[in-house]
Amino acid sequence: MINVLFFAQVRELLGTAKLSLEASEQTQTAEALRATLAATDDKWAKVLSSDKLLVAVNQTISQWDTPVNDGDEVAFFPPVTGG
Amino acid sequence: MRLLAAVRVQEVDFSVADEYRQLAQDDSDGAVVTFVGKVRDFNDGAAVTDLTLEHYPGMTEAVLEQIVAEARSRWPLNKVTVIHRVGTMALGEQIVFIGVTSAHRKAAFAACEFLIDFLKTKAPFWKLEAGEQGKSWVEAKDADEQAAKLWQHKD
Repeated sequence: MINVLFFAQVRELLGTAKLSLEASEQTQTAEALRATLAATDDKWAKVLSSDKLLVAVNQTISQWDTPVNDGDEVAFFPPVTGG
Repeated sequence: MRLLAAVRVQEVDFSVADEYRQLAQDDSDGAVVTFVGKVRDFNDGAAVTDLTLEHYPGMTEAVLEQIVAEARSRWPLNKVTVIHRVGTMALGEQIVFIGVTSAHRKAAFAACEFLIDFLKTKAPFWKLEAGEQGKSWVEAKDADEQAAKLWQHKD
């Protein structure tokens, strides 16, 4: 399984904080996982197609071509605004 | 004296006096520099009544530890404290504390500024502002990104 987390505006717009899905050929990279989740419906497609969207694989900010493996934690969120 | 972790993410407020006392214990340090970030009344022209900070538990602490390690690799520092609050904070409340000690002021000033610049652009915190027009997520500022980028070209 891959554990997927959403934060801040992304979480709010999707109405989902977390979900799990089976690792498959459609989830082998961060980009593939994003595309798979975006195929859910129009809302998910819109939110996950933002060019500002960031991805963290196993709690590290990652590039979209980063491999995703079974058991990984992948988080999607907007640019950070702390401090 | 109880030992406090260098990096803390917490809902409760912090005491600058207590943090200063903890930082300022060592006679080898000639400089203590601290920074406090607060909830401001206006952001981008809109009145703010309170602020809610969300974060990514686990990753937040890891990123803050990495930023502290990076600062230590760049400057000769002794004590470093980074505290960031999460949850809802009213106007005027403290959000973030950075404290750095060193033998000399230049390293302490530089490291303190580096830490807040990097925290703002790297640590997974998000601000939700509440005002008269309702709630809205704070947009990331290019100026903050530029401030962090400058540190890539200087020591």
